[in-house]
Amino acid sequence: MSKDNEILEEFTSKEYEHGWSVEYEADEAPLGLNEGIIRWISAKKDEPQWLLDWRLKAYKTWENMVEPEWANIHYPKIDLQSTRYYSAPKQTKKTDSLDEIDPELLKIYDRLGISLNEQKRLQGIAVDAVLDSVSVGTTFKDTLSKHGIIFCSFSEAVKEYPELIKKYLGSVVPITDNYYAALNSAVFSDGSFCYIPKGVRCPMELSTYFRINAANTGQFERTLIVAEEGSYVSYLEGCTAPQRDENQLHAAVVEIYAAKNAEVKYSTVQNWYPGDKNGKGGIYNFVTKRGICAGDYSKISWTQVETGSAITWKYPSCILKGDYSIGEFYSVAVTNNYQQADTGTKMIHIGKNTRSRIVSKGISAGHSHNSYRGQVQVMKRATNARNFSQCDSLLMGSTCGAHTFPYIDISNSSAQVEHEATTSKIGEDQIFYCNQRGIATEDAVALIVNGYAKEVLNQLPMEFAVEAQKLLALTLEGSVG
Amino acid sequence: MTTTTKHSDSLTSTLLEAYKDIQFTLAASSLRNEGRDLLQRIGLPANKEEEYKFTPISKKIEGTITRFSHAIPSENVDQKTVDENLIPGLDCHLLVFNNGKLERNLSNFDTSVLSLISFADLLEGKMEEQVGKIAKANKDPFVALNQVAFQEGTWLEVAAKTVLEKPVYILQLIQATQEGETVHPRSYIQVGKNAKVTFIENVVSLDDSPYFLNGVTEINVGENSQVDFYRVQDESKAALEVNNTEINVPRDATFNSAVISLQGKMIRNNLSINLLDSNSLGNMYGIYMLNGQTHVDNHTNVDHTMPHAESNELYKGILADHSRGVFNGKIFVRQDAQKTNAFQQNNNILLSEDAVVNTKPQLEIWADDVKCSHGCTTGQLDEEALFYLRSRGISKENSRGMLLYAFAGEVLEKINNENFRDYCIGLIQQRLGTHYA
Repeated sequence: MSKDNEILEEFTSKEYEHGWSVEYEADEAPLGLNEGIIRWISAKKDEPQWLLDWRLKAYKTWENMVEPEWANIHYPKIDLQSTRYYSAPKQTKKTDSLDEIDPELLKIYDRLGISLNEQKRLQGIAVDAVLDSVSVGTTFKDTLSKHGIIFCSFSEAVKEYPELIKKYLGSVVPITDNYYAALNSAVFSDGSFCYIPKGVRCPMELSTYFRINAANTGQFERTLIVAEEGSYVSYLEGCTAPQRDENQLHAAVVEIYAAKNAEVKYSTVQNWYPGDKNGKGGIYNFVTKRGICAGDYSKISWTQVETGSAITWKYPSCILKGDYSIGEFYSVAVTNNYQQADTGTKMIHIGKNTRSRIVSKGISAGHSHNSYRGQVQVMKRATNARNFSQCDSLLMGSTCGAHTFPYIDISNSSAQVEHEATTSKIGEDQIFYCNQRGIATEDAVALIVNGYAKEVLNQLPMEFAVEAQKLLALTLEGSVG
Repeated sequence: MTTTTKHSDSLTSTLLEAYKDIQFTLAASSLRNEGRDLLQRIGLPANKEEEYKFTPISKKIEGTITRFSHAIPSENVDQKTVDENLIPGLDCHLLVFNNGKLERNLSNFDTSVLSLISFADLLEGKMEEQVGKIAKANKDPFVALNQVAFQEGTWLEVAAKTVLEKPVYILQLIQATQEGETVHPRSYIQVGKNAKVTFIENVVSLDDSPYFLNGVTEINVGENSQVDFYRVQDESKAALEVNNTEINVPRDATFNSAVISLQGKMIRNNLSINLLDSNSLGNMYGIYMLNGQTHVDNHTNVDHTMPHAESNELYKGILADHSRGVFNGKIFVRQDAQKTNAFQQNNNILLSEDAVVNTKPQLEIWADDVKCSHGCTTGQLDEEALFYLRSRGISKENSRGMLLYAFAGEVLEKINNENFRDYCIGLIQQRLGTHYA
């Protein structure tokens, strides 16, 4: 046991890899939130009047909302008035090529292992890098535009494709949706916009990389993905933040619209700074993600690997409106030390013959809490809806908690809905089996957990799967017992 | 999102007003005051409150009952009524309650093995020390309401080392003689060490007038004892009921529960088992077979506090017409409760387009060396099984009946008392013949 403790000790004292920050000149909004700040942000970004009106409307709605308290997470109240709502690297000129971007900024992404320059040379992923509040650069624009694909920062999209933004902004996550979505709608600074025209299969993975750098800053980005009829896109999202003692808020909104026969695959590897081993600092990750399968035979698939954040509060959801549409949710959530995660999904079956599948794997260690909260709702006219949910929890150590809160609401008699969940620890017999074949306990745990999470990791695109596996191995090191 | 507006504030104050003049014995006064204070503070559940999200019982009560007063014991209760509601072939200790008050003349039990005392006659101290300590008023506002308004309060005791061969049959006869009366039965069951006893409770509505029944039952099981507690709810179509039952299960003891819910307007059952020590076992079984507008909500909670305890749970629902079934099961495993085995399952069959099921099987686990699982399904009868039966010349109605009966049978076979099991089978078969054909 003492050895286990040693190993545990060693692991828990492990430093967060991406905990550094970089000094650069930044354009910052004053602390606090009021109508003036919203106008300030809007003016800063040179936004059209309709967007400012939309923001103000969201702000008015938000003012009348109360902070939700139903989630199984505990944290001191966030002082939204001492948060900064806008921080941008001082570089006002919009760049056409990466060469013009401040090398300091590019270095940040180099250190993260996302070299924007390198991306240009290597075939592979188109990246939109978002630093604090603004997008600093998007790669592969030319290749994408040949296919008619729009992939750019949100601010750019507002200027160049206002009619698309007008049509889809807030159509999936309305400003009235919830407290943090309303807040985001009022103050969102930047984000990514992606439009796949009819019948186009996006030739490469699209990716956004979010990085919070400045202190006292909340990150409020907004992602909007529109997949027209018969199109396909695979979208990746990654995130990191510097190590700081205070908690920082990240309240993003992701909206996905899938038309008839369209397919969108959205993968996240979330690795925000989780706080130190005593639970000090870390990111509050309060995110609203939702997709609508608006057309028949459309499909939206969410895959997430959640290893970071002091608190994760997110429920990527699918509204299955089109007949024969499909929603999927694959999740691995790992919590350690004093991390808390309340995550899951919502599958709303509206159309006929709609199908959904939920696979959620929770792993908790240290003093952490890991909750799965999901809803499967079958509306009255959703004939022959089919759902299968599986949520398993793995506990490591006796001071962590795993919780499951599934809501299953069925109003149609032809629906077939199954839910199963288990909670367990790694079996002694499993470890013993590995040991007697010469595999060290440590490796055996990694082996078993990797097998446990495999169903989800398999859903990730290649590049992310590698990163996710590394993250998982790091989190698991020494957690035996 | 939780809202802080309490639409049922007015109902809470109406009820408190109606019960302000209750004559109570000294012993019960602290209990009533505590309930009153609590209720004033928390109020009855508002419309969208999480625990009562799918069962807006406060609203239903407000909409149905216009005058709140205690139901007085009905005059229509005689030997004939009792005889009509006995379980065929069941040799039992009979306790008859008339609107929550014990009818000594109609009851028939052996006082040498079963002692029955009204709260008012309890020895000093017992009341303060035990009543309200298992089913705590702060857990559910309806427990608080019962604490304010219970009429008599019954203390049932089975001495240590007593094995009751005959089950205790509790016949709850309810009739609101004036429109909208309320009944708040309260009982405390104390079972000594190394004892064994079976309780069967049957709630019978004497007519179709609406009533609100708000019962609280506390059971304190002794070490190495076994208590079986069965309940049938086949009430009038206007019946509103909230039922709180909470059980303490100590070392080496076993508690078995089965709830058969068949009819009522809106019934809410809160069943909580506290497994307090090693080798304790809690089993919860239930069937809700509903039609018409019936709404039944089963909330169960198992609290594993110590290592090496086990709990099993199986609830099955068959829902026809406009009925609604709600299931909320919670397994709570505390940090010390290593080596816990906890299983929970909920299966539902929807037979009509308008039936609704809301289920929420929850796990809250704080210990790592446990085996816990839950599963829940909602679906229809297996088409292939139906086809198999039909291909053997069995009519469609009979095939469906056979499959539904087999579905429910898994729960029925958990009932240990043979006569009662046969009685339940009879009730279910009768319904299969009429409502589900």
